[in-house]
Amino acid sequence: MTAPEVAGLAPELAGAKEGQGQAPIASASERFTAYDVAAFEVPGGREENWRFTPMRRMRGLHDGSAALDGTVKVEVTAGDGVTVETVGRDDARIGEGGTPADRVAAAAWSAFREATLVTLSGTPAPVTVAVTGPGEGASAAGHLQLRTAPHAEATVVVEQRGSGVLADNLEVVLGDGSRLHLVVTEEWADDAVHVSAQHFALGRDATLRVTSVALGGDLVRISPTVAYRGPGGDAELAGLGFADAGQHLEQRLLVDHSVPHCTSNVLYKNALQGAKGVPDARTVWVGDVLIRAAAEDTQTFELNRNLVLTEHARADSVPNLEIETGEIAGAGHASATGRFDDEQLFYLQSRGIPEDVARRLVVRGFFGEVLSRITLPELRERLEAAVEAELAVNAN
Amino acid sequence: MSTLEIKGLHVSVATDDGPKEILKGVDLTVRAGETHAIMGPNGSGKSTLAYAVAGHPKYEVTSGSVTLDGEDVLGMTVDERARAGLFLAMQYPVEVPGVSMANFLRSAATAVRGEAPKLRTWVKEVKDAMGALDIDPAFADRSVNEGFSGGEKKRHEVLQLALLKPRIAVLDETDSGLDVDALRVVSEGVNRFKAEGDVGVLLITHYTRILNHIRPDVVHVFAGGRVVESGGPELADELEKNGYVRFTGGKAEAAV
Repeated sequence: MTAPEVAGLAPELAGAKEGQGQAPIASASERFTAYDVAAFEVPGGREENWRFTPMRRMRGLHDGSAALDGTVKVEVTAGDGVTVETVGRDDARIGEGGTPADRVAAAAWSAFREATLVTLSGTPAPVTVAVTGPGEGASAAGHLQLRTAPHAEATVVVEQRGSGVLADNLEVVLGDGSRLHLVVTEEWADDAVHVSAQHFALGRDATLRVTSVALGGDLVRISPTVAYRGPGGDAELAGLGFADAGQHLEQRLLVDHSVPHCTSNVLYKNALQGAKGVPDARTVWVGDVLIRAAAEDTQTFELNRNLVLTEHARADSVPNLEIETGEIAGAGHASATGRFDDEQLFYLQSRGIPEDVARRLVVRGFFGEVLSRITLPELRERLEAAVEAELAVNAN
Repeated sequence: MSTLEIKGLHVSVATDDGPKEILKGVDLTVRAGETHAIMGPNGSGKSTLAYAVAGHPKYEVTSGSVTLDGEDVLGMTVDERARAGLFLAMQYPVEVPGVSMANFLRSAATAVRGEAPKLRTWVKEVKDAMGALDIDPAFADRSVNEGFSGGEKKRHEVLQLALLKPRIAVLDETDSGLDVDALRVVSEGVNRFKAEGDVGVLLITHYTRILNHIRPDVVHVFAGGRVVESGGPELADELEKNGYVRFTGGKAEAAV
């Protein structure tokens, strides 16, 4: 759905490019997409798709002032059945996953110099993709594409660490009948800004299981889009975020059901732990699910839960469900934001449980539903420990 | 042999109009092997006494002392009090979403016993304790108190009592909201706890009916934030007959 070239649009038509203006678009199906950064207006921060994001902390990713001339290091550790290539933007496969839908994603697309392309065939051993930021003070554009051959079954872990500013696109193209278990971590240093578009394209009868874990960074904004290229696709997106004092974690999902007999399941959980004297710990979750007229027999559910551990924290949750056909198997959404309150703490402590253990119990229980989906035990234990380390940061 | 000693206890809560004194000099001693019943009308401060002893942050002790075997309870944190051997069965147990009952019980037992219970014996211990209270084993996987009925919550309070084996247990209106069967099951649980160890029980109640199941050694009448009269079980019988009217200065309120 690439819109025609609209660069150089007359000023009086500002906002006419759907979804980019201040007026919310009537439907996610009208969302504007383009590869070229110039096709998007510079967002001011009041637009529907930017209104929760602190633009001042974007380090110029949105207005072209970020140089994007740094280098992001991508290291792939893989065995048999995995092909790793470094390709240019002229490679015919680039873009098969999807098209940028906001200016930062388009800026990354326009600026990346080379893309890492990982093709998975058969049943390879788990693959690790280690992404390292460009370093403090630098900014970079990245591009990574993961592809599964038909009927492949693979597990990929994308671990993102380091400092600096990164705008990137992650394309995931699933061949017919393939299964991919994908874990994406945001384990950035405190200074890092990461604005990422994830494009998931599922072939016929393909199965996608994604677990996103957002822990680090100053500002992390991830926008996953799920598209189905044939019937029978099954996508499950689970995510957790732990926002510390001053941290902004944003998740904006669109699941676009355009073909029949597909399933989607979205489960995101965030915990927030703020502190006095710094900006609020902040999470934003926007979950759009669109069931187009053709997408009969769709089954979808999305759920967002936020656990506010302290004062000085704010969680926004915006579930949207658009249904254009009555012929669906089921569709629902739920959202709730709750506080870990003094009464819960008192109750647990009154049974002898020390305060720090009580907090760990509650947070571990809260995130268990997400972390239990990670099938690699060492990775799961490492991330559980990372969550508990977050908890300890400003517990005192 | 343990002794909980409360002397001259004054407790206030913060309100919009400033601190309000609820407890006005409570004197009470509960020794191991004894069951004390505190009875009193609504608003007399019974629950405040229970929460203040357990250390709820809402209640401020302005004067007086609480000791357990001579140790200063008021100087302890909430969890230290529990580990020292105090237990409060709450009138309104708190829901803790996301934490399974099984995980909670094991964490509490680990804290109170000072080491993690051996897994094999622990599973059996929990299963037996749940069985004795007619609790469906499926509750172990549910979040703490979440979506439990009033009766289910009270059974789980007594379950914790059985597993944590405190030296002194304070039961705050554990009987309220229970039907006859649940009252019997819960009372039997308390009696088992009492029989199995050299422990003291402080039973706070509004009604006399639980005293048909749990026989108190001493009955205290609580009114206006202090103990106004103490006596044997016969005092409960008098309350059942005449209500609290003698202690509340004419405001009639039945105790049944």
